[in-house]
Amino acid sequence: MSQDIYVLIEHNQGQVAEISYVMLAAGRQLAGIHGSQLFAMLLGYQAQGLSLDIAADKLLYIDHPALKEFAQDAYLLTLTEIIKSRQPRVVLFGNTTIGSDIAGAVSIALGLDLASSCRYFTSDGKFVSQICGGKIMAEGNLSSGTTLLTMVPGGYKPEEGQSEHPPVIENFSPPVLDNLRIKNIKFIQPESFDIDISKESILISVGRGIQTRDNLELAENLANSLGGVVCASRPVIDQGWLPTTRLVGKSGKHVKPKVYIALGISGAPEHVEAITGSETIIAINTDPKAPIFDIATYGTETDLFDLIDVLVEKVEAAKAS
Amino acid sequence: MKIVVFVKLVPDLVEELTVDPGGTTLDTTWLRMIINEFDDHAVEQAILLKEKTSTQVIVIAPDFDGVDEVLFTACAKGADQIIKLTGDFSSINNHALARAVASRIKILQPDLVLTGVQANNDIDGSIGPALAACLNQPFVGYVSGVTLEDNTAIVQKEYPGGVIAEMSITLPAVLGIQAAEQPPRYVAVSKVRQVMKTSNIDEQPLDELDNSGFPEVTRMFQSETSAHAEMITGSPDEIADRLVSVFKEKGILQRTNR
Repeated sequence: MSQDIYVLIEHNQGQVAEISYVMLAAGRQLAGIHGSQLFAMLLGYQAQGLSLDIAADKLLYIDHPALKEFAQDAYLLTLTEIIKSRQPRVVLFGNTTIGSDIAGAVSIALGLDLASSCRYFTSDGKFVSQICGGKIMAEGNLSSGTTLLTMVPGGYKPEEGQSEHPPVIENFSPPVLDNLRIKNIKFIQPESFDIDISKESILISVGRGIQTRDNLELAENLANSLGGVVCASRPVIDQGWLPTTRLVGKSGKHVKPKVYIALGISGAPEHVEAITGSETIIAINTDPKAPIFDIATYGTETDLFDLIDVLVEKVEAAKAS
Repeated sequence: MKIVVFVKLVPDLVEELTVDPGGTTLDTTWLRMIINEFDDHAVEQAILLKEKTSTQVIVIAPDFDGVDEVLFTACAKGADQIIKLTGDFSSINNHALARAVASRIKILQPDLVLTGVQANNDIDGSIGPALAACLNQPFVGYVSGVTLEDNTAIVQKEYPGGVIAEMSITLPAVLGIQAAEQPPRYVAVSKVRQVMKTSNIDEQPLDELDNSGFPEVTRMFQSETSAHAEMITGSPDEIADRLVSVFKEKGILQRTNR
């Protein structure tokens, strides 16, 4: 087994996902600890151009039409070949719509240990993962064999995984990719008729704590008063109370408003990763242990149902004075 | 067409979570378990497919406290068969569950397996991809729409930024459900009670569980963050005043023109 650290570069429709750079930063730390090299793995089709700002010692490039976009079966066949032949110390995947689909399958297929939702590595190389909506952390040693990990954002700055010097590219021949069972048909872009919440400067976001569809009116009143827009976390969107264009989270929009007001949002990691770019976060939640308070600028445990009407009145009064 | 839905119970995060005195696992003594919400969506998606095509729906769940109610509820929603896997699941991980469930699924030979895309206590990856690998089947996760055509599933897979990929998967396959096409339906308690009288849970004991596939955890601890919000306390009136001053500082209050 080598001591090298491998990172799977995630990309979609010609764009490298930010988590890739986070993993390169983490991978650089691990390579330092193990005195080894950092390899990036780029699976794609005529996609070498995506490698330009990747901060790795080497980039393993695998080119095949079946790898043009992510497909779990083609990725599984390719990654198992690479890992079998290179035997890295560690392989990092994103805890994402791409990495999470593939890491567990590689783990079972090759009999390698997998830890998910790793946020950072300690200075002596232990992984620290978050579970239970970010309320509990689990720390552990890498296994003796190749260890697979999926990573969540938050522990490393993406800029640390970027470089002005393109990495040395090494081509790796893809395995036979015939009889694949997953095919990409088309990509559907988010509906264009709605506003783009990632460009709004004031967002009033509602979570499970809003309880009913009728209560959305409270958030709308506050949004109207502040000149903001209402958006939501996953449970509210899944109820069909707001369109998916208003979803803030891992598979929704990442937002960066001046002020983000979270009403009844607990702060699950999938939501938090999408709002950390906000200038000011105000969290209103009756659960004093809600993880949202760990990243908010201001917080209050007051019941939103007691607060919002009063707040709207005061905002109106302040505007008129 | 036959669909198996794998469902598990997870800690209710509304409750206080504590670490076991041993320091490496969650203290389960007072832990309240609820259905993994993504699994609830997987059940709903299966029932929706059953309503469109003639499909048999089988729901399988490992024996956690409260599982009977979860299984009977699935039955009340329209599941045709409910199976409880029995054994010692106190320290089980997803690798062991995947292997165990795969052994049952191989006997049932479904065309499609649905499960939640993730669970809040996943620590060795989510179960779907591991299950698919055990079955040597393709996997697509983060799915929010499924249509069945002969031996193919057409699915909508969610990507960041609201982008959706439409994909076709040759069956048999495993799908990780992010959201059903409609919110999980509500069933009245009285209907669940009625089902309890007329339906049976098929109990199947599991053999020895193989937990390999996860690195050893040496320490588990409550999330301790370096930063915490500045907490605003007082009456709603006082809190609102403070928030208004924050809005002013941020320059987001636009005076009304008179």
